Amino acid sequence: MELILTSLLFLALVTTAVAIALVRRLFAVVMLAGVFSLLSAMLFVLMDAVDVAFTEAAVGAGISSVLMLGTIALTARSEKRPTHYSLVPLSIVILTGLVLIYGTLDMPNFGDPMSPVQTHVGPDYIQRTPTDIDVPNIVTAVLASYRGFDTLGEVTVVFTAGLGVVLLISGLGRRIRRSRREDKAPSKGAKN
Amino acid sequence: MEFNFDLPFILGHLNYWLFVILMLTGLYIVVARGNLLKKIVGLNIFQVAVFMLYISMGKVAGGTAPILTGTAGEAYSNPLPHVLILTAIVVGIATTSLGLALIVRINETYGTIEEDEILEMDQQKGQSELDAINKAAAATDAQGAASKK
Repeated sequence: MELILTSLLFLALVTTAVAIALVRRLFAVVMLAGVFSLLSAMLFVLMDAVDVAFTEAAVGAGISSVLMLGTIALTARSEKRPTHYSLVPLSIVILTGLVLIYGTLDMPNFGDPMSPVQTHVGPDYIQRTPTDIDVPNIVTAVLASYRGFDTLGEVTVVFTAGLGVVLLISGLGRRIRRSRREDKAPSKGAKN
Repeated sequence: MEFNFDLPFILGHLNYWLFVILMLTGLYIVVARGNLLKKIVGLNIFQVAVFMLYISMGKVAGGTAPILTGTAGEAYSNPLPHVLILTAIVVGIATTSLGLALIVRINETYGTIEEDEILEMDQQKGQSELDAINKAAAATDAQGAASKK
């Protein structure tokens, strides 16, 4: 049952991704990206990662869609038809895929309870959380308490990115207005 | 290494292969499409496929989400990949927003967000600068020759 659901969701995901590659209107691309995030959130729920699904739905389908819509409002509405087609990208992608699939061959089976991932530190956190932190959600306990410093580092990354964005696009409105004024000024001079 | 490709092996690895296919779709969009916004979307698809690969490693067959239910002997999926990917999602949106800001800036300077056109403009600009340098060099050479005479 789970396999069927996973396969169906996966089929929808690949269809969405291929549609993103083919569609030229950027508005449709952004909306399809939101759909993709929502579908992937459903897949995360199937794989027991409810916190990840929650974040993916909020961040992937919510915030990043808004940011992309803002970007297409400031730049262009549609993609131009490519001037040339080449087989190089496709061959690079296929080669990468073969290497990646070769890499998965010696991985443990999906859901195997005896795989190395499950037999080292993971169970330790599950056992210690009720006595150490007393929060039912283990992901929260690890994120905010055991690995709190990592989360602080993450906040630093987000702060740096925000600073970068502000520095990159600060004064954009001012510059646009100035260029419009400069565009208007010569036409007035021509009339006089 | 030796593998026997029987049914349990294929069923156990099918998920990984599906995620690889999804990753490749994202990679193809990044490499083959010229529109910068589409490249960012492709990068996001690639990223989500990597997240899925990580999350699928933490899954325990018959386990539930790692939220304590209180019943003894309950099997939980591994919470550590979830924590890692939560951080990765937030860092991912940070890089996406930085990329989008760069696109806005590129559009301001070049007036386009198509990779081909930007490259063409850069080449033309480089060519005209090269011409100017050559002209200046020829002028100084001629001056030098004139002063020697």
